[in-house]
Amino acid sequence: MSAKNKAVSESFATRLLLILAAVLYVALILVLPLASVFREAFRHGVAAFAGAIAEPDAISAIKLTFTVAAISVPVNMICGVAAAWAITKHDFKGKSLLISLIDVPFSISPVVAGLMYLLLFGAQGWFGDWLLAHDIRIAFAKPGIVLATLIVTLPFVARELIPLMQAQGREEEEAALTLGAPGWRIFLWVTLPNIRWGLLYGVLLTNARAMGEFGAVSVISGHIRGETNTMPLQVEVLYNEYNFVAAFAVASLLAGLALVTLVVKTLLEWRHGDQLAAGGH
Amino acid sequence: MASRSQPSRRKGRGRHSPLPGLPLTLTVTILWLTILLLLPLVALFAKSVTLGPGHFIEAAFSPRAIASYRLSFGAALVAAAINGVFGLLVAWVLVRYRFPGRRLFGALVDLPFALPTAVAGIALTAVYANSGWVGKPASALGLHLAYNPIGVVIALTFIGLPFVVRTVEPVLADLGKGIEEAAATLGAGRLTIFRRVILPEIFPSVITGFALAFARGVGEYGSVIFIAGNMPFKSEISPLLIVTKLEEYDYAGATAIATVLLLASLTLLLLINLWQGREHRRRAA
Repeated sequence: MSAKNKAVSESFATRLLLILAAVLYVALILVLPLASVFREAFRHGVAAFAGAIAEPDAISAIKLTFTVAAISVPVNMICGVAAAWAITKHDFKGKSLLISLIDVPFSISPVVAGLMYLLLFGAQGWFGDWLLAHDIRIAFAKPGIVLATLIVTLPFVARELIPLMQAQGREEEEAALTLGAPGWRIFLWVTLPNIRWGLLYGVLLTNARAMGEFGAVSVISGHIRGETNTMPLQVEVLYNEYNFVAAFAVASLLAGLALVTLVVKTLLEWRHGDQLAAGGH
Repeated sequence: MASRSQPSRRKGRGRHSPLPGLPLTLTVTILWLTILLLLPLVALFAKSVTLGPGHFIEAAFSPRAIASYRLSFGAALVAAAINGVFGLLVAWVLVRYRFPGRRLFGALVDLPFALPTAVAGIALTAVYANSGWVGKPASALGLHLAYNPIGVVIALTFIGLPFVVRTVEPVLADLGKGIEEAAATLGAGRLTIFRRVILPEIFPSVITGFALAFARGVGEYGSVIFIAGNMPFKSEISPLLIVTKLEEYDYAGATAIATVLLLASLTLLLLINLWQGREHRRRAA
């Protein structure tokens, strides 16, 4: 190592020490808990694990989780793209207020988010009497779970797309417009190819949070077994019944989903990092 | 989560964009935010107002509620401070050094963003309770890590790590080595360079990451409740107290505490935005 390099880098021993300290910290805080999920799930063997997953309540929780994600992810994707289009391709008053509003759900406690919906749709809520009269159930039912999931995942797609589309500017779309293309075709043929990886990235994060949300969904769901229990709620129910193998079995499915999310996310960052919004997520 | 979008102020100012779609997309956006966010927020504040100031203060600042704020804010502060130090270390190692498994290590840092909080909660309890991999040796030394406020700090440390790492990392990566070389030429030692040259440059981003982790920790629920012990006045976080009130059908009590938490989060969000806006301008200058 040259003298110049030595002056702007640490000695080998210092580097080794710092790397070891960082790795040890991440191992203690992140890796051990992750490993423990799978260890506990398979503590009594594969048969016990499979039995726990095949329970009717577990299956209905898995189905509900996928249903909720299948509704809430497209809604927030479409609305997020619409918001990003309005904000980056047009000028209007109150734009920065709109951008700030999109950020707000990230800072609200999930429990508070769930409570807000109870105050609207619960029996004592604003629309409680009207909903009861029309025999529509939102709180303590699936629509409430979807709403709670929608608010906690609201920002992901828009937050990924807004900085990305701002950096890309409007020239390409304006050129397409000059050539006489209608709006939807400009979006599909010009904008979408430019933002597809960023959009996929946002959808990936939305989906991970949608399938894993706990606090907001817990407040609004009413915990009806086999009916309004999503996978994370089922984990809690089983855990509180001291049915640890079953709790960790369902949890390991969610942990597997998290690992898949991380792998796809990392691949997107390596392959298409230049087509994602700058900065970390 | 750290990237802040700055509205473009130069492009297109003072002229109308010729592109189509504004009425449709803006309507969709406003409906989306109104139904999902604004209406529920108004419902919460309206409910608080109907309680009347006396009843509101009584519910929001009961001794049990105050104990829960102390724990939620205190534990979030301690966890964010721990991550301020170790998150900086992790970011430093990721940006400055090359070692086998570095990319895997970097990818793992995002685990708390991807892992559902309830899963994190039971996993952390399994590791840090007295029978766990870390809890067992610790309890042999008389140190109990779960079912007390220490458990809350552990859960919030897990949740907060990526906020600091992902905020500091890009700033550290952008930092050229020229200024360090200049300082070294002038005879400064490595530690002095870090303290006097590098740290002042990256410290604002450490503060941002710290604040983001703190804000997230204050409202965190899922990862905490399994490891906390949940004893009123001792290890009961504010979000759990809201849930407890709801289970007792005490909507007024739940709403009062939720309003305090919400106002705190919105204030934090505003402060973080102002701080980041200032940093953007400083770095752009």
